[in-house]
Formats: sequence, C-alpha cells, structure tokens
Amino acid sequence: MSFSGVDFLGIEDMLSEDERAVRDLVRAFVDEDVLPIIEECAYEGRFPVELVPKMAAMNLFGSTISEYGLPGLNSVAYGLMAQELERGDSGLRSFVSVQSSLVMYPIYTYGSKEQKDRWIPALARGESIGCFGLTEPDFGSNPAGMRTVAKRDGNDWILNGAKSWITNGSIADVALVWAKVGDVNGPVRGFLVERGMKGFTAPEHRMKMSLRASVTSQLVFEDVRVPAASVLPGVEGLKGPLSCLTQARYGISWGGLGSAMATYTCALDYAKSRKQFKDRPIASHQLVQAKFAFMITEITKGQLLALRLGRMRDAGTMKPEHVSMVKRNNVWVARECAKLAREILGANGIVGEYPVFRHLANIESVFTYEGTHDIHTLVLGQAVTGIPSYNPPME
Amino acid sequence: MNHIVCIAYVPDTETKIRIAAGGVSIDEADVKWIVSPYDEYALEGALQMKEAKGGTVTALTFGPARADTGLRECLARGADDAIRIASEGLGEVDSLGVARLLAGAIKALPHDVVWMGNKGVGTDAQVLVPMLAELLDLPHVNLVTKLEWKDGAVLAYREIEGAREIVEMPLPGVIGATKGLNEPRYASLKGIMAAKKKAIAVKTPADAGVDPVTVAGEAAHVRWTKLELPPARQAVKLVPGDDPAKAATELLRLLRDEAKVL
Ligand SMILES: Cc1cc2nc3c(=O)[nH]c(=O)nc-3n(C[C@H](O)[C@H](O)[C@H](O)COP(=O)(O)OP(=O)(O)OC[C@H]3O[C@@H](n4cnc5c(N)ncnc54)[C@H](O)[C@@H]3O)c2cc1C
Ligand SMILES: Cc1cc2nc3c(=O)[nH]c(=O)nc-3n(C[C@H](O)[C@H](O)[C@H](O)COP(=O)(O)OP(=O)(O)OC[C@H]3O[C@@H](n4cnc5c(N)ncnc54)[C@H](O)[C@@H]3O)c2cc1C
Repeated sequence: MSFSGVDFLGIEDMLSEDERAVRDLVRAFVDEDVLPIIEECAYEGRFPVELVPKMAAMNLFGSTISEYGLPGLNSVAYGLMAQELERGDSGLRSFVSVQSSLVMYPIYTYGSKEQKDRWIPALARGESIGCFGLTEPDFGSNPAGMRTVAKRDGNDWILNGAKSWITNGSIADVALVWAKVGDVNGPVRGFLVERGMKGFTAPEHRMKMSLRASVTSQLVFEDVRVPAASVLPGVEGLKGPLSCLTQARYGISWGGLGSAMATYTCALDYAKSRKQFKDRPIASHQLVQAKFAFMITEITKGQLLALRLGRMRDAGTMKPEHVSMVKRNNVWVARECAKLAREILGANGIVGEYPVFRHLANIESVFTYEGTHDIHTLVLGQAVTGIPSYNPPME
Repeated sequence: MNHIVCIAYVPDTETKIRIAAGGVSIDEADVKWIVSPYDEYALEGALQMKEAKGGTVTALTFGPARADTGLRECLARGADDAIRIASEGLGEVDSLGVARLLAGAIKALPHDVVWMGNKGVGTDAQVLVPMLAELLDLPHVNLVTKLEWKDGAVLAYREIEGAREIVEMPLPGVIGATKGLNEPRYASLKGIMAAKKKAIAVKTPADAGVDPVTVAGEAAHVRWTKLELPPARQAVKLVPGDDPAKAATELLRLLRDEAKVL
C-alpha cells in the first residue's frame, strides 16, 4: 500500500513541482524498498546495507551540494526527503543525515581540495560510508569537555581517546573525529580517520532497544597515527562540529514529521477497521477521536514550522536557535503521536506487525541525539531572555 | 538509435475508483496519477539501450496537462525529450484515435524503436501496440519479457502458453513491453533537477496531422456506454471448527449447494 501523505491544511500548494517530485521519489522508494524489509531489520538489529547502492544511485547522499555532479537540492526538498526516509525508519534517515550533513557537509565546507576530491565522490556513490565522532562516554550534552586529544609528532598527529554512540561507527570507512589539539585545553579540530588505521577500533554498542536498524558504535583511539593532511583545514573550535549539527538537526526537524505521519496513518487505518462495542469502529469513539484531533493538529503545526524553517535556510536567515525550536517541537510531536498510536492499536500496538512500536522506540534516540529536548529548551530560553542558564557551547 | 517511448498517465493501481455522474467515466477527483507500470518497462528498456549503444529517448503521450508530470518523471529517469499531444477539448477518443495521434507525431520524428507497454492500466484494451505498428507500417512484437539486440534487428522473447517464443524483428519496429522485461529504475534527484530545466513540447492533434473531428466524439468507433463497479464482496462465511468431521461435512455442503463449485 503506498502512502498518500498527510496534508490537512493544503500545504502541498506551498511546495514547488520539483519539491513534490523529490518527495514522491523518496516516498516510492520507502514504500517499495524499505517498508517490506525494515521491521525484520529492526528485529534482527541490522542496518539494511543493501539499500545503500540504490540510495546512492538516487543521489540521496550529499543532495544539497551542487558541485561534484550532485543535485543541489533546496532546503525544503531536502527536508521532504528526510521526512519520507524517517517515515520508513529513523535509522535509515539517521544514516543519510550522518553521511550527508555530518560527513559530506563538513568535508565539503571545511576540507582541502584533496580531501574533497577524494571523499565527496566516494561518499556520494555510497562506496565509502562515513561517521561523525563528537560524543564521548563522559561528554554528551557538553561536548566542550571532550578528552580525545591529538598531539603533533613530526608531520603526523597521534590520536588518543574514545567516542561513544557513534552512528555508522563500525561500518564506516572514514570517521570525522573531533579532538582537541595539544592537550585538553587546546582548540577542537576535525580529523579524517580511516578504517584500518593502526590503533583504531570501533566496537558496537550492544543491546540497543531503539534505532535497531542502525549501527551505533564506540570509536577507540590508541596512539592512532593520522597524517597532517587528514585534518580539516577550514575550521577550528567547536563551531566546526556545531555547524554540522545545525545542518543535521534541520533534517531531523522534517524527519520527526515523517515518523509522526507513519504512526498517525497506521492508527487511523486501524481505528477505522477495528470494531469494539456495538460493532462500531473504535474511530467512532470520542476518546479515540480526541487523540486523532491532537495528532493531526500537531503534525500540521510541525509541517508549517518545518516549511518556514526551510525557506529561511534558503534565504540565509535561519539561526541555530530557530533549528532548536523545530527539532525540539517536531521530535516531541513524533514522540507523542507514537505513544497515542500505540494506545489506539491496543495489544497490536506492541507487535512488529505494525510499525508503531518500532517508531515509538526509535524516537527515543532522536529525542536524545543532536541535542536533547531539554538542551534545546535551554537554547530557546537563552535566545529569548538573553541569559544563558547553562554554559552552552555556541556555534 | 532513436527511441520513442509512448506513455500513458493513468490512475494509480491502488486508486479507489468511483464512477462519475453520467455513468460513463470515472470520477477524477482525488485520483492519484502515475505513469502506467507497463510503460515503465518500456522506458527502462529504451534507457538501457541508449546507455549501451547511444542515441536518444523521447517520451510521448496523448493527454491533458496533468500528464506533463508523468513526462517530467520520464525526463528525470533519463529521457532526453518529452512531447505531449494535448487532449484538452477533444472529449472521448478511442484506442484507434489515440494510435492515429501517436503515429502522426512519431512519423515526424526519427525513430528506430517505438516502445510502449503492452497495455495501459485502467482500460486494459491491449490494442495500441498492433494498431500503432500498422499505422506506422512497421513490424511489432508484443508482450516482450527479454530482448537481445542484433545488427538492424532484435530478438524478442515472449512467454506463451507453456512455452517461450523467440521472435526476430527487423528494425525499425514497435516493441510492447511487459512485466519481467527489466526492473525499472528510480529517477535520481539529479535527474529531477535536470528535468526541471527541460521543456515539454506541447502539440495539437493538427500538429500530428490528425483532424480532431475524425477521432473524437461521434467519430470514435468504440464508445463507453456504461461503467459499473464490481458487486461488493459478500461477508466471509466462517465454518466453526470445533468438530473437524462436522466442519468438513458442512464445508462440502456449502461448496456444493451454495457456492456450486463442486
Ligand atoms: C542512537 C544514537 C546515535 C547517536 N549518534 C551519534 C553520532 O553519530 N555522533 C555523535 O557524536 N553522537 C551521537 N549520539 C550521541 C548523542 O548526541 C548524545 O547521546 C546526546 O548528545 C546526549 O548526550 P548523553 O547521552 O551523554 O546525555 P547527557 O548529556 O548525559 O544528558 C543526560 C540528561 O541530562 C540532561 N542535561 C544535561 N545537561 C543539562 C543541563 N545543563 N540542564 C538540564 N539538563 C541537562 C539532558 O537533557 C539529558 O536529559 C547518538 C546517540 C544515540 C542514542
Ligand atoms: C502482552 C499482553 C499480554 C496479555 N495477556 C492477556 C491475558 O493473559 N489474558 C487475556 O485475556 N488478555 C490478555 N491481553 C489482552 C489485553 O487485555 C487486551 O489487549 C486489552 O483488553 C485491550 O484490548 P485490545 O488489544 O483488543 O484493544 P481494543 O479493545 O481494540 O482497543 C483499542 C483502542 O480503542 C480504545 N477503545 C475501545 N473501546 C473504546 C470506547 N468505547 N471508547 C473509547 N475508546 C475505546 C482502547 O482504549 C484502545 O485504545 C494481553 C495483552 C498484551 C499486550
């Protein structure tokens, strides 16, 4: 069954023909290639690597870049792509976000010509997979405290430390690792660490209950020798990783809507056919209708936020706090919709025959990564009061 | 080689069909339109051939303005040009009329292979391939599931009742593609962005050398007189299974006396 969209307020009219075409393409891919296998992948705890060549052929990696023969999508088209991917699974959208916004974007923006020529085409074709290492076991919300350090040794750098919760970690060919240079008081720089470098290992996080169709790993560096040419020359300080996160969070703002649409439509179909009490569909009961009224209103508000944010991004007026608002809101919407949809499905809400529980579990990761809900609350608090309530690292 | 691919922009196979007032057409409100799946095999066949041997691929349709979206999709997948013969204002045109319009447009274009799906979804008339070939004075091979290209000819494989038939057809010729020929590709985002910049040539029936009054309305040989939905399916009858022997007897009785299939 193909998905026909959720559009209560005619938001379709605010999209251009090519924005719709991009969305419809990714929508068809998700319906035909992702949904038939994704429940099984999540159950087995396996990322569907077999989809990578197809996604690459469709140019889903680095799609906002216009050099290197890439399509140069505008922000709304890119967002709609993220929405549809996450309607399939948050893990799949995470893969594309990491590859595009957290690896290709920084290499493209801050990399040398040699780095770009080597990595952008390979990452775009899906021949190389990338990961982004910022979070450490002891530093999540506060990456400024990181302890991974690179010390200069002749023409090379010697890297020591560990990263945790790294999407794609153990399947990555290249890890963009953020580390302090000199010692723990040094400035942060980005290092392109390649799979197989001596002293670099990437053990997977075990027993994950969320984002199961995505690989999450630690990255461990024991005296890893990295050539000087592997440092991103164009950026120094936390601004580097934070600017990447702004890009990725932008995509998540739309992704959350995709997850919400998946759980909402599933619950709606279910409620129309499930009958309880006097042979009436549960959709006819007031309490159930109240849930749908909430869901459709929040999804619609979220769509308007995301669309506005996208237009601002293209106009160059989008600021990090704007992204915080929409990431925070739209992932919350997805989380609430997943919860309500699960309630509506009754016992069927806990089994993998329906996508609801998978989304419910997935969204917990999305709620936490790329800045937790609460951290974005603090960003917004600071944006409107002018008073930082904590010590936020600023882009 | 120059490939012309005739495409139809049809209601999605999942569309819940409703009959419009008047009873001779479908209600087009809320219908989602797609490039006919059989035409996707045709387009993919042409694209693969172009990639292997060079040449051009032109997508051609007869239809209203909404069909431009379908043509754009063909451009996004790799077609070089797109032409639409506008159907606006013509009213009902039967298969022969469509074949004449398409043939008229194709005659004006260089063509080595003319491709189409063996049928459109929706009306399923399955007559356009031979009609078009006849009007173009070209050979045709229909219901093709595999192709091998030779110099100036093509070997076409067809699944027939209990056997496989292999037909050699000289080129130029018309190929009717069907399921199994290939796996149609997705468009790429790059293709979508490039398609945006390409123009769709919109032609009138007169441009295709056809006087509208000779194909439309009263001139049509085949006209729809009435559309009916299939009868609603009856509720499932469940035979209680507590006692297997009894259940089997009851099932047999129902199959014989009620369903009358035994
Ligand atoms: C599946 C998955 C994939 C991930 N992928 C990546 C990746 O690819 N790359 C990467 O670098 N990281 C990744 N992460 C890590 C993610 O970004 C971090 O989990 C996130 O930043 C939160 O850090 P933490 O888990 O250490 O939580 P903590 O920072 O320890 O936070 C715990 C709780 O305390 C709250 N809190 C913290 N500080 C404050 C404060 N000042 N005021 C109020 N509340 C506060 C938080 O909101 C949270 O609720 C991933 C995480 C997951 C779960
Ligand atoms: C893990 C598990 C173990 C279980 N173990 C047992 C067991 O040992 N024995 C047993 O007998 N059962 C068991 N159950 C079944 C459980 O009791 C039912 O799932 C529960 O009664 C709900 O029924 P349902 O799933 O059919 O949902 P439904 O009754 O279909 O309800 C679906 C949704 O519609 C809502 N709804 C229904 N009617 C109305 C109304 N009139 N107005 C407003 N809202 C309405 C419900 O609140 C719910 O949100 C188990 C269930 C699970 C998940």
